[in-house]
Amino acid sequence: MRAAILVFPGSNCDRDLAVAFEKAGAQVSMVWHKDTTLPDGVDIVGIPGGFSYGDYLRCGAIAANSPICGALRSHVERGGFALGICNGFQVLTETRLLPGALRRNANLKYICKPVGLRVETANSAFTAGYEAGQEITIPIAHHDGNYFAAEDTLRALNDQDRVAFRYVDNPNGSVDAIAGVLSENRRVLGMMPHPERMAEPAHGGTDGQAMFRALLDQLATA
Amino acid sequence: MKARVTVMLKNGVLDPQGEAVRHALGALGFEGVEGVRQGKVIELDLAAGTTEDTVVQMCEKLLANTVIESYAVEMV
Repeated sequence: MRAAILVFPGSNCDRDLAVAFEKAGAQVSMVWHKDTTLPDGVDIVGIPGGFSYGDYLRCGAIAANSPICGALRSHVERGGFALGICNGFQVLTETRLLPGALRRNANLKYICKPVGLRVETANSAFTAGYEAGQEITIPIAHHDGNYFAAEDTLRALNDQDRVAFRYVDNPNGSVDAIAGVLSENRRVLGMMPHPERMAEPAHGGTDGQAMFRALLDQLATA
Repeated sequence: MKARVTVMLKNGVLDPQGEAVRHALGALGFEGVEGVRQGKVIELDLAAGTTEDTVVQMCEKLLANTVIESYAVEMV
């Protein structure tokens, strides 16, 4: 499996995400935001956490209009996989590759702590390594993770089994406690929690490892 | 010429910052503040002849996230 990690000015989880993919066995390349194409043969694009462009205007808004995001859009439209974590989730909603938006946390605080997540569906390449209903612990670190979607969008997400994760104890006011959502073709996942920060024993837990291993299993044969 | 773009969270979208400001005003003794909505104002210096329509396109493409925000354009 070939993974490409996008790097924006202000990204700070790009190397962590690269290591998580590498440890699972992927070949990883880092791609600068000014590039207009992805390396040949990329199966999955990782959009990392951080503060792209200093979170100016809105989190993810400037990154969503950067040159590399044109290539990301073509990749996704061709049926390619993409994983956006934290700021990466914000970028995916700003590009409209995923529905909804991330608002300021309801308590206005930057929250940085491990949280319980419930895996809502195992029916995706990202979540196939978990059981539906399984509870896992993954850290969050964000100021703007309060997920919002209009009622008809929420209905579609629920009806199509596209809510990947919900918070066990909603930390940020997200509607329906949603922590991560899938695209209609189930090949794009955006989530606020950081599975790459819970991917080896030294992190204090390995609940995020199953995501990268499942992706490798599913995409190695693709 | 200039344009002034006002971006606000849509009605119905909870505005936690506005709520915090409302509470703070109450704590300072200002009574009767029943609601606060906080938004942003973006001023654009534009070349002569730039149309309002172009500024609307800027709002749709970048300045506002229309999933949660509304915008108003004023040519000044």
